[in-house]
Amino acid sequence: MRYSFLSVLKNGFTGQSGWKPAWRDAAPKPAYDVIIVGGGGHGLATAFYLASEHGIRNIAVLEKGHIGSGNAGRNTTIIRSNYLLPGNEPFYEWSMKLWEGLEQALNYNAMVSQRGILNLYHSDAQRDAYARRGNAMRLAGADSELLDREGVRAMYPFLDFDNARFPIQGGLAQRRGGTARHDAVVWGYARAADQLGVDIVQNCEVTGFLTEGDAIVGVETSRGPIRAGKVGLAVAGSSSRVAQQAGLRLPMESHVLQAFVSEGLKPLVDGVITFGAGHFYISQSDKGGLVFGGDIDGYNSYAQRGNLPVVEDVAESGMALMPRIGRLRLLRMWGGIMDMSMDGSPIIDRTPRPGLYLNSGWCYGGFKATPASGWCFAHLLATDTPHATGTAFKLDRFRTGHLIDEKGVGAQPNLH
Amino acid sequence: MRIPCPYCGARDASEFAYLGDATLTRPDPAAPDADEAFHAYVYLRDNPAGAHSEWWYHSAGCRRWVKVARDTTSHAIAGAELAGGAR
Repeated sequence: MRYSFLSVLKNGFTGQSGWKPAWRDAAPKPAYDVIIVGGGGHGLATAFYLASEHGIRNIAVLEKGHIGSGNAGRNTTIIRSNYLLPGNEPFYEWSMKLWEGLEQALNYNAMVSQRGILNLYHSDAQRDAYARRGNAMRLAGADSELLDREGVRAMYPFLDFDNARFPIQGGLAQRRGGTARHDAVVWGYARAADQLGVDIVQNCEVTGFLTEGDAIVGVETSRGPIRAGKVGLAVAGSSSRVAQQAGLRLPMESHVLQAFVSEGLKPLVDGVITFGAGHFYISQSDKGGLVFGGDIDGYNSYAQRGNLPVVEDVAESGMALMPRIGRLRLLRMWGGIMDMSMDGSPIIDRTPRPGLYLNSGWCYGGFKATPASGWCFAHLLATDTPHATGTAFKLDRFRTGHLIDEKGVGAQPNLH
Repeated sequence: MRIPCPYCGARDASEFAYLGDATLTRPDPAAPDADEAFHAYVYLRDNPAGAHSEWWYHSAGCRRWVKVARDTTSHAIAGAELAGGAR
């Protein structure tokens, strides 16, 4: 069923009785052309673009729980393309362009809201770094605008401009950035992929791989073996665990990142603001809660919950940025498992095992990448060549030295 | 999370800096397969879900390196010892 104004009207007059489930809860078939492991945003987007752009319809997405129950349902929903390095920026700008047409492509309201993102700077050196970043963004076709102090004040007069330690000097704005509704992105991709014949198989955990010699020819699952021409992994924080079943050691550590939502408020923050003197970012959901987060906890973890020192750090950064949130109560906090790669950038590549493909290493920036990640991974799976915007995301770049290290901190995942 | 520093006793994790996997050993740079060995040493990790041996540096305490046995699925700490043994 196509969603439209007419379908809403019609169901309004018929007691909302005409709605059907948005996708089938499929049972696994014995074999597929392509199996995507991981029913999060990236996996479902990959399946959708494989079907819609490359005409491959015999696809299964295998998810160990229910779709969108991992990081796709745990992030802070920010979309942006404000990267510096040539390996990254064209990819994220392509993702931004896909976000801009996503709802039309999926016929689903993903609540993409280009409310703008503003990165604050607090020193001359940081201003120069942001000017450089803004220029790099423009070279890749993205928009950027360097604001001075008064420009920021016109947008957000309530920020602590005269903070004794971190006075706000200005900011780098990307007005096309913003937020999207994370769950709706998952549901929209699932529904659109399902309509093209993709089987979405839930409660189906991959427990091993079927092999012929060196090649991967399928997966062992909790619902039986399934053969496949190609297997793509899009399992984020579980990448090392799943890849280990294929005998691969990845350049990756899994870390926990926490996020927070306050009680609901009247409209206060109409865009996304990031603090430049610490790690803190904040936006307001359409339900009114302030959504914010900061650094990863900094130690290996699969626990999906974090510890208090980072909570304190996030609260301190928030207070330094906008003291008026000091009396707000926290409604919820949670943790997700980040696939922290060794240079802070993702991997979309073939693996040493023929038939096995890897999409991983998103660190804590995977949500904004969802459309382009799916697009590039689908391109790789269909053609065996990387998409033009994802050529740098090679698995062997750590061996060859072609790292994409935005922060320049080296092979220490908890610093990215 | 509190880390049982063998020298200082149980201290808050915020007193420590984290390095990571303590099972890695620096390869011999003169070995014929040094390229491969260093690639694995610097970049590749087992990244286990479960028991993990890891280095923490007690930067706001005794400034000793501590090898901690911790479960990455529960954060439960099974034990800790000083690098190079007790002095």
